[in-house]
Amino acid sequence: MSEASPVEGKAIIEAVAASGVEFIVSVPDITTSQGVLWPLVSDKRFRLVRVCKEDEGVSICAALSFCDKRALLLIQYTGLLDSINAIRAAGCDYKLPVAMMVGLLEKEPGVPPTQSQRFGVRIVEPILDAMGIPHALVEYENEAQRIAPAIAQAYESSWPGAILIGRRI
Amino acid sequence: MMRRDLAFKILARHVGDAIIVPVYQAAQEWRALRPNHALTYYSIGAMGQASSAALGLALGRPDKRVIVLDGDGSLLMNLGTLVTIASQAPKNLVHFVCENGMYEANGGHPIPGQGHVSFAGMARAAGYPSVFEFAELAQFEAQVERVLAAEGPVFADLKLVPGEPPPQDYTFIHGPEARAAFRAALKR
Repeated sequence: MSEASPVEGKAIIEAVAASGVEFIVSVPDITTSQGVLWPLVSDKRFRLVRVCKEDEGVSICAALSFCDKRALLLIQYTGLLDSINAIRAAGCDYKLPVAMMVGLLEKEPGVPPTQSQRFGVRIVEPILDAMGIPHALVEYENEAQRIAPAIAQAYESSWPGAILIGRRI
Repeated sequence: MMRRDLAFKILARHVGDAIIVPVYQAAQEWRALRPNHALTYYSIGAMGQASSAALGLALGRPDKRVIVLDGDGSLLMNLGTLVTIASQAPKNLVHFVCENGMYEANGGHPIPGQGHVSFAGMARAAGYPSVFEFAELAQFEAQVERVLAAEGPVFADLKLVPGEPPPQDYTFIHGPEARAAFRAALKR
């Protein structure tokens, strides 16, 4: 049995577009830089908002939801960790949707995040679990189908949600 | 130095149907002054984030003027916001910082750089096209229409002292009713 194919950036972008996302709010992440963020720059379906720090993006995405605009926060897991208080405040305390796509920098392909050799990668899912934030891992081609439901769930439940990108795209 | 409540009274006469995004003591004073301004998004849960929330609102509703009443300590927690806002260049965003030189809601301790740091200078260097500074009430009253009409993003540093202590209504400000009222007002 052959190994499943890695997910491709195009499949990720099409899933994001199909979810009604208009704004991409981002600090670059090498995990998704080449396959997702660079193509998004020239994709006219989206407005790209480059932020200096990820917690700015949390607040921008949450505020856009009041305007019935969907946004995706495209960041690295280090930025997620840095933004916990903003996610706690805007997402969890104020119950606002914050859809996040989070690159798990240097997670070993095929290894579950909680079993990674990288401490930072290992703690991502437990922290999200502690905050009650649903998460979906996307690493292989057939897992791109998890993206649209995850974004929809964030907006329908008015609560943060995370799509974890498990390999460099 | 201006008293903040008196400066806000002047501002309140000119905001019309703008979205207001106030923080901490500014939020309490704004609520005491304009409790029925439903287009108010109280941004208190995470210090420093008000201007980022205001940017989201300004991008999502370019037809509405968005006025953020930031604090100096708050802005220092999120200085990158100046560059992000200037880079996105929303014409409908007016960014006031209430410079009282202290963490008023946290015991009155001085901010780093109290009296030395130039918030207007930082906004100008970040790329805000319209930057103002006011320390006198009469000067602010004379210029407030010009500030609100300037091409955004606009930055205005208000050098202030606290006003009469407003009622502390954190229950409403943190509660879901405040955001539900804001959401409903935004849809009207």
